[in-house]
Amino acid sequence: MTKHKTSPQLDSKIPSGPIDQKWEKHKFDMKLVNPANKRKFHVIVVGTGLAGASAAASLGELGYKVSAFCFQDSARRAHSIAAQGGINAAKNYTNDGDSIHRLFYDTVKGGDFRAREANVHRLAENSVKIIDHCVAQGVPFAREYGGLLDNRSFGGAQVSRTFYARGQTGQQLLLGAYSALMKEVNTGSVKMYPRTEMLELIIIDGKARGIVYRNLVSGKIESMTADAVIMATGGYGNVFYLSTNAIGCNVTATWRAHKKGAFFANPCYTQIHPTCIPVKGDYQSKLTLMSESLRNDGRVWVPIKKGDTRHPNQIPENERDYYLERKYPSFGNLVPRDLASRNAKYVCDEGRGVGATGLAVYLDFSEAITRLGQDAISAKYGNLFDMYQRIAGTNPYQEAMKIFPAVHYTMGGLWVDYNLMSTIPGLFVLGEANFSDHGANRLGASALMQGLSDGYFVIPNTLGNYLAQTELSPVQDQHPSIKEALHDAKTKIDKILSIRGKRTVNDFHRELGLLMWNEVGMSRNKEGLTKTLKRVKELREEFWENVIVPGSGESLNQNLELAGRVADFLEFGELMTLDALKREESCGGHFREEMQTEEGEAKRDDANFCHVSAWEFNGVNKAPSLHKEALEFENVPLSTRSYK
Amino acid sequence: MAETISLTLKIWRQKNSNSRGYFETFEMKDVDVNASFLEMLDILNETLILESKDPITFEHDCREGICGSCGAMINGEAHGPIKKNTLCQLHLRDFKDGETLVIEPFRAKAMPVLKDLMIDRSSFDRIMAKGGYVSVKTGSAPDANSIPVQKEFATKAFDAAACIGCSACVAACPNAAAMLFVSAKVSHLALLPQGQIQRKERVKNMVDQMDAEGFGNCSNQYLCEAACPKGISVENIARMNKDYLSSKLGE
Repeated sequence: MTKHKTSPQLDSKIPSGPIDQKWEKHKFDMKLVNPANKRKFHVIVVGTGLAGASAAASLGELGYKVSAFCFQDSARRAHSIAAQGGINAAKNYTNDGDSIHRLFYDTVKGGDFRAREANVHRLAENSVKIIDHCVAQGVPFAREYGGLLDNRSFGGAQVSRTFYARGQTGQQLLLGAYSALMKEVNTGSVKMYPRTEMLELIIIDGKARGIVYRNLVSGKIESMTADAVIMATGGYGNVFYLSTNAIGCNVTATWRAHKKGAFFANPCYTQIHPTCIPVKGDYQSKLTLMSESLRNDGRVWVPIKKGDTRHPNQIPENERDYYLERKYPSFGNLVPRDLASRNAKYVCDEGRGVGATGLAVYLDFSEAITRLGQDAISAKYGNLFDMYQRIAGTNPYQEAMKIFPAVHYTMGGLWVDYNLMSTIPGLFVLGEANFSDHGANRLGASALMQGLSDGYFVIPNTLGNYLAQTELSPVQDQHPSIKEALHDAKTKIDKILSIRGKRTVNDFHRELGLLMWNEVGMSRNKEGLTKTLKRVKELREEFWENVIVPGSGESLNQNLELAGRVADFLEFGELMTLDALKREESCGGHFREEMQTEEGEAKRDDANFCHVSAWEFNGVNKAPSLHKEALEFENVPLSTRSYK
Repeated sequence: MAETISLTLKIWRQKNSNSRGYFETFEMKDVDVNASFLEMLDILNETLILESKDPITFEHDCREGICGSCGAMINGEAHGPIKKNTLCQLHLRDFKDGETLVIEPFRAKAMPVLKDLMIDRSSFDRIMAKGGYVSVKTGSAPDANSIPVQKEFATKAFDAAACIGCSACVAACPNAAAMLFVSAKVSHLALLPQGQIQRKERVKNMVDQMDAEGFGNCSNQYLCEAACPKGISVENIARMNKDYLSSKLGE
């Protein structure tokens, strides 16, 4: 196998020593900031989802002076709130053979060997402490009659290690982190800036020293300086327009940091979640996910016959194809998300899809209801069934749900080293916004785990290490870098408002999204990607000539906010497409049609692509530079994933 | 061809907190009944934008009924006519063809209108900051299973914790009281062993802040419970009052 060479700009700073001792050793080796000195450091945290809120709260507890920003009206509304299914932890409370090593192993394998081993192991180690901490905060996890915590199984694992809170694990964990944040607001160590949007990163002497942000109510653009900036601003799934993300989710903060020098890693890795409510019409604004936990009891099927339009209850057993159980007997309906999604696409491509559009498969609970009773199913999934009925208009207790894959999560993000620091010193990136832990495919119930691991347990250690050994000179308000960042932010807004063209922001966004879904979605090929590179650029050019955004920048203007985000998606989409084109292999959620086995499974190319692709920005309409970080697998031997 | 519906919308317009508001009427023609209520507003806004008019400002984010951002009064009902539902989960099939809908922001002195249907709920954060937490520092927790919780209490605590902070309870209350919200937060922790240590201090500080924000008092109308998208029970208010009284008496 070719030994990859890592680009000199990408020092991952992975500590030496055996995998299970790296983090402990690193914690000891890191420099500390003494308790009395912590209050002298000011840290900006952008984003208050699980990663941002837990980071801001924990840093506040340590004594740092923290300013936390979010675009929502309250920190409690960040999109982590919508996560339904659960959070993994290697507690082995179920006595089914789980361990930190097994969680580590499953996550590396599930990520199709494109994640960094050392980071994943640390994640698995932290997982147990997360559950302890959240329970102590009062997070109401599901419990057994004996009063102890309950677990369930999730895709990509053969043990039950998922802790859950009905179908609203994300909300309950976020409320826990938010409550910790509010506790620190009360002590004065954290100051909240809700309804603000970060527009630019301020860099002084090569280090991240602050941000420019817009007050979304007054429209005023302001700057704030600090000793370090932490971005926990989520993923870029809304580049597809339709996704399970909240409407406000965007790439703006990470993209603008990228334009200032932070490398963007693996942007082509996106996760298409297999169980979402199918698209209904062109007015549709978002897609709704049905928790993956449903696959524990629901069976996925399509009719054997093409174009079978009978009502699902009229199709007898022997005319149904439970294709996941057939193709993957040992994991069945619990195969990882990428496989479940891709196989749904295949059966629909074969003309066996169901529903009005033919772009749906059934998720059927009739067998589970017969086996366990409707009450048991309702206790487990009641709120999800209700939600389905509200949106789709049919009763899942009586007829199978119709589901289809939808964009859900993005594994790519800003490149960070083991300390979660980007290629810009002093800029740390946490949670979905970074690229680090999930490789090319994230396993279910691992996003919440990563966000909280980064925020509660990693950054409180690694931030101090940076501050303790970095020379940070005081910054004057009139510093040219601040003036320049303010100018850049204002100019962009003025330009958008001055165009007064004929197409709405939403219209551009919808076209971009459809293009990305068709060509850079569940399966990709060279021809489509090449075509898309050109089309995204054209669309971007048209945007800057023909978009219409009424109103002014000096007041509350939601359409202007959206315009700024879509403008960034129109640049980002090009990089994402380019990354997908250059990665000439199939791995995890990235499926290149040219690279597949005879059975249609993803074919990795470890000889040439066992690396992280980190892109350096060289200017809009200029080719970015590709840097590579070689990935080494010393503990989980590189192998072909098999869930058969 | 999908089934469609036509509606007359009378929507509250207000430029900012300091200006006077008014109703503006819009005719929506032949919209797909499967569109959500907010998607109908999207469609309206697209038309307004193309005419260079100011689109309707409304708060929304997850559009799946969990973030608590959205909310409006429709014909006097918070989140519209469907029970246990958020505005974003309302669909046009829930209305009759030809109906007129009067759409207003959630109103309360303690939650001023920022623009059109968008309101300022920062008072909720300030109440939370006064005690809506267990003071446990990151890293100091014992093993999770060392704190067993009786299932009955775990379930009740969860029912209270399901609050999404949308403020429909305040909007529905004739006194603009926030007692359902505050009591849900208080009860969530009061019902769990983790919340006992700070139980008295918590309820006192949160209720005092609620009063300071200018929210009204409960007069047992139960309209809050009826409007709550998550079915939070008024039983929580009774629990909060009992705890508040005993914490005050203990002073």
